[in-house]
Amino acid sequence: MVREIAQGVVRPLAAEVDRDHRFPDEAVEAAAESGLMGVLIPRQYGGAGLDAVAFAVCIEELAQACASTAVIVDVHTSVGTEPILLFGDEEQKGRWLPQLASGELLGAFALTEPASGSDAASLKTTARRNGNGYVLNGTKVFITNIGRAGLYVVFARTGPDDGASGISAFLVPAGAPGVRVGQVFHKMGLNGSPTGELVLEDVNVPAANRLGREGQGFVVAMRALDSGRIGISGQALGIAQAAVDEARELMRERGHEQGDDFTLADMATRVESARLLAYQAAWLCSRGRPFTRQASMAKLHCTDTAMQVTLDALQIAGEDGARAGSPFERHVRDAKALQIYEGSNQVQRVVIARELLKG
Amino acid sequence: MDFEFSAEQIAIRDTIRELVQDRVAPRAAEIDQTGEYPRDIERLFADNGILGIPFPEDYGGISGSSVTICMGIEEIAKACASSSLILAVQALGAYPILVAGSEEQKKRLCPPLASGDKVAAYALSEPGSGSDAAAMKTRAKKHGSEYVLNGTKQFITHGSVAGTLVVFAQTDPNANHRGISAFVLERETSPWKVEKLEHKLGIRGSPTAQIVLEDVKVPAANRLGEEGAGFKIALAVLDRSRPGIGAQALGIAEGAFAYALNYVKERQQFGQPISSFQGIQFMLADIATQIEASRHLVFQAATKVDSKAPDLTKIAAMAKLFASDMAMRVTTDCVQLLGGYGYISDYPVERMMRDAKITQIYEGTNQIQRVVIARALLR
Repeated sequence: MVREIAQGVVRPLAAEVDRDHRFPDEAVEAAAESGLMGVLIPRQYGGAGLDAVAFAVCIEELAQACASTAVIVDVHTSVGTEPILLFGDEEQKGRWLPQLASGELLGAFALTEPASGSDAASLKTTARRNGNGYVLNGTKVFITNIGRAGLYVVFARTGPDDGASGISAFLVPAGAPGVRVGQVFHKMGLNGSPTGELVLEDVNVPAANRLGREGQGFVVAMRALDSGRIGISGQALGIAQAAVDEARELMRERGHEQGDDFTLADMATRVESARLLAYQAAWLCSRGRPFTRQASMAKLHCTDTAMQVTLDALQIAGEDGARAGSPFERHVRDAKALQIYEGSNQVQRVVIARELLKG
Repeated sequence: MDFEFSAEQIAIRDTIRELVQDRVAPRAAEIDQTGEYPRDIERLFADNGILGIPFPEDYGGISGSSVTICMGIEEIAKACASSSLILAVQALGAYPILVAGSEEQKKRLCPPLASGDKVAAYALSEPGSGSDAAAMKTRAKKHGSEYVLNGTKQFITHGSVAGTLVVFAQTDPNANHRGISAFVLERETSPWKVEKLEHKLGIRGSPTAQIVLEDVKVPAANRLGEEGAGFKIALAVLDRSRPGIGAQALGIAEGAFAYALNYVKERQQFGQPISSFQGIQFMLADIATQIEASRHLVFQAATKVDSKAPDLTKIAAMAKLFASDMAMRVTTDCVQLLGGYGYISDYPVERMMRDAKITQIYEGTNQIQRVVIARALLR
């Protein structure tokens, strides 16, 4: 079913949304109608109630068709929604999850700041207590779904502590007074997915919109990113698989020699090994077992694979593939983002090494 | 191996470096965004003698040395890969005339190129004939003292802006690659048609044209070498021009690295510059080492071109292969070093990464370079 939508609705739009830098409304609507926006949300809240393995597969299928659409749905489904699933109280779940599951609300995740990227715990956005609520001030940057999201999960500092323990998580509706979209970036790829600044100026947020306890925000962010990395792995696999398939088709049509044959063999082998790693992480997650290291390994390996494989496919396609509008050059531009976001691959290595060396 | 550049070469390089920093670097982002050929920079290069570098003094130029050409391309590519093609393609168009032209042809055809009054282009590839150049379909039929050319040429860098076009065409279609001849078309007397311009992943300021030749008349005096010598000329030209693509790749990588190196020293995370982390330091060390190795190979190849060394074909292919693969890896890593900022067009490294890719593809894909190298090894 996902493949049908991906190939039937999403894929035909991919070149156009890339060229025109436009949001793939039709693709996201189709995803919503088929229930993709609520894959991980339990049935009682209107979702499909599926697990991380199903989620990874869905994102992979979407990314095979259009990487922009995949990241829009991925961010919504994982880091945009999971913090509520994992840390929300009953009232919060009942209020927000049905709207997120139906796609009526698009979710987003606002952690990064201009001076706080890999060092997320150093964020400066403040949430000052004010009666029965908070007042948020600060600027978030590199926010996927900017301007399109109806609900942002925002991380801000509530305590005097300037480290991780002073951070809390909030649900901030896009329509709240003082919420503004800043610069929207012109990027190398993923042009159908808007990325930009979220500016918060004296935004009043009721205490009922705080996720988890005060000071628990960093834990919320890290846990959300762990499963977010499974989604990004799926996205990487989809892009990589598309590159392999398109290179294969091209070689069949025009003939091939052993040099390119070997490249294709290496590409397919890399993708296959990356897929197994991603599914392993997703399976562990779905079983409630520790999966931090595996999720980081999957994100690192899948995204490095996507970069390598898309470059190889473009090399096989040659100058025809470098023409704007060719899927080969688009895959390369799209793939690069994946080595950077949801924890750069340097951060993944830090996480993996820490997990390996601890205790 | 240590490369001793002459005082004159260093003076030329320093002049170019200064011009590029003052006049080209500030235009690079805009050239990429608009995708427009920078006529102003062509003029700047012409006025400052840079377009005369590929030509010896006897033919109105200032050098003719491949080493000097590579130094120039490298300097320009550090700031703007599109602009570096203005010199690189001038050299590519010059080589067939210098390699195969008669004294009369050199004296007549070179000076307007050396002065920069005209820019050159080189038309070998066709829609059905890329890596397999011998499969070309363009025909040249002799009628008296002229040839009439018909055919379509594909991916012709500067085909739309050039005043002089070196074209390869079949004079004897039954003779396969031994039936190919080379011609010099001058736009005023042998006009060609630009069918379309490509939109590309990178080098967007360097127009890539599809050219159509419909009954284009070329005087027989503009045939380079004998009939049937075209394929040999094409290969000899590519031997000489490949170090230039290596130099372009080298410059792109150096430009990206200079920017990223500065960035990691400035960017603070975890209370310290990210350059203080060993994971970043190792990336810097690997990048710098790859650049250094490529520089030596590129200038060794250029030196061999200048000395007409017997193994220049192999070394030129190695230089192009190694430097362009290096540039792709290095620019990809430089985007990584800037993180999210690397991915947006407010910063130059994403452009450099997009520009790097073509160096692995044009003037013989890197698959073809490997074929050339293997053939030389197994001969």
